[in-house]
Amino acid sequence: MPSRRAVLALLGAVAIPLPAFAQAKPRVVVVGGGFGGATCARALHRAGIAVTLVEPNPAYTACPFSNAVVAGLRELDGQVFGYDGLKREDVIVVQDRAVGVETGAVVLAGGGRLPFDRLVLAPGIDVVFGALPGYDEPVAERMPHAWKAGPQTVLLRDKLRAMPDGGMVVMSVPANPYRCPPGPYERASLIAHYLKTHKPRCKLLVLDAKDSFSKQKLFQQAWAELYPGLLEWVPLSAGGKVTGVEGDALVTDFQRVTADVANVIPPQRAGAIAAAAGAADRSGWCPIDPVTFESRQRPGVHVIGDAAIAGAMPKSAFAANGQAKVCAAAVVALLRGAAPDPPKLINTCYSLVAPDYGISIAGVYRAAEGRLVDVEGAGGTSPPDAARSVRAQEAAYAEAWFRTITGAVFG
Amino acid sequence: MRRLLPAAVLVLLSAGAAAAPPGAEACSGCHPATRAEGAPPPLAGQPADDIAAAMQDFRTGQRPATVMDRIAKGFTDEEIRAIAVWVARAQ
Ligand SMILES: Cc1cc2nc3c(=O)[nH]c(=O)nc-3n(C[C@H](O)[C@H](O)[C@H](O)COP(=O)(O)OP(=O)(O)OC[C@H]3O[C@@H](n4cnc5c(N)ncnc54)[C@H](O)[C@@H]3O)c2cc1C
Ligand code: HEC
Repeated sequence: MPSRRAVLALLGAVAIPLPAFAQAKPRVVVVGGGFGGATCARALHRAGIAVTLVEPNPAYTACPFSNAVVAGLRELDGQVFGYDGLKREDVIVVQDRAVGVETGAVVLAGGGRLPFDRLVLAPGIDVVFGALPGYDEPVAERMPHAWKAGPQTVLLRDKLRAMPDGGMVVMSVPANPYRCPPGPYERASLIAHYLKTHKPRCKLLVLDAKDSFSKQKLFQQAWAELYPGLLEWVPLSAGGKVTGVEGDALVTDFQRVTADVANVIPPQRAGAIAAAAGAADRSGWCPIDPVTFESRQRPGVHVIGDAAIAGAMPKSAFAANGQAKVCAAAVVALLRGAAPDPPKLINTCYSLVAPDYGISIAGVYRAAEGRLVDVEGAGGTSPPDAARSVRAQEAAYAEAWFRTITGAVFG
Repeated sequence: MRRLLPAAVLVLLSAGAAAAPPGAEACSGCHPATRAEGAPPPLAGQPADDIAAAMQDFRTGQRPATVMDRIAKGFTDEEIRAIAVWVARAQ
């Protein structure tokens, strides 16, 4: 047992900021090890910050290209990335879930507390069960959403595989905003490709709560060319909005559609820790400063990726990765007492409408009047009249993008 | 939380690579650090002048592209110059 005097001396050492303590590296905690969080943690670490990344899963399962898993074109293994690359660089990865944010510390489900000088939240999305009446967690086992990659992805694939030829597949697509605006239409395309190849007497009905969507012209042109009579898209104005789920049926204001396989993409919001930290507003998403990604509601806390309200930028892995780098640079500047530079950001989302048929949408963004806006004259979609060889080239670039970005983030 | 840091730490924080100019860190979303099958070529190691010239040609449409035309149109001459110099040296 140490003497009382020694204990007091120790306490003193903690309480009085000796020069050695004052010079400790600034501490940043990053919550969520997805495209946003893993990128940000690594960038901060490389800038000399003491970073701790908090992530409950031992490995990350990526959503981009998970539609190809649903369609049986890829294995789920190819979507899984561990954290060894970050650990090799000495980024501290704590396998736990953040459950609360106190002043200057994150509280973990395991009971620990992680102190920080600044905090970055990158928790992605939560599916809002109950927002669509009748759609809850047990129902998601029968009607998978597959909007978080993993067991749900495999479940949807297996249901499609088990369905007899002649069956009816129904998808429900939510209103904006949600993760990956073109994702539902890429999925519809690749499911149609699967059906055309393996079960040509099946039908795919896409019930949509919107009248227009990302890359719409290109998707519809490709559907007419590749999947005529197989894929039918029902917009909001034609009664496409799904208002509830009953048994095996999806219900709209006009009909009750019984599905052999249903894929319900439900409404979403920022991952729960965002609300627990007081960073989410009534919409369920997090308003941020477009230069620093600092929360408008909780100073010292930054929000990146799907959880953030990023103005004109879509919720994509590409965007989360770019925002993470901008946020890391801003956090370093702020810790240094310097003014962060106004950023320029890029997004590109590739979609496959068939394995050798890729299309893309791109954008360039800047901060203006408190939000991220499109740089005019830049961006847009692939041309509508491109040759099939160009579509094949874009499909190849799409795969290369996935390898490059996952290598940069997790490799 | 808006704590400022002592001088010793500031030195540490600024010791890394020169801060990237706006937009430059987005290029590595698609351009790998080393040559990779099917991917666009790495930018690091290419002469900055060549990168800047290619960006100008993508912007005017003189050079055919699947996506670089749409990206290059988002940057001014000065931005392209600064990005080219930085990405040529990065890694
Ligand atoms: C079918 C589909 C296809 C897609 N295709 C593309 C595409 O082609 N291109 C593209 O750019 N994007 C695509 N996306 C979108 C992309 O997946 C997301 O935009 C991206 O994953 C967002 O990154 P993020 O870091 O914000 O969130 P996520 O990647 O979801 O990461 C969040 C992480 O935080 C962790 N987490 C959550 N809460 C906590 C907590 N409390 N404590 C600790 N950790 C926590 C989670 O476990 C998770 O690992 C697609 C999405 C889907 C569903
Ligand atoms: C969405 C992916 C993507 C992003 C982001 C991207 N590029 Fe490219 N880049 C490409 C592709 C694909 C090509 C081949 C031309 C084409 O098809 O557009 C290319 C070609 C180039 C070339 C010609 C290279 C050569 O040697 O032939 C240069 C230079 C270039 N890009 C610079 C940049 C810079 C600078 C940035 C960042 C501001 C950037 N790129 C961002 C995909 C991308």
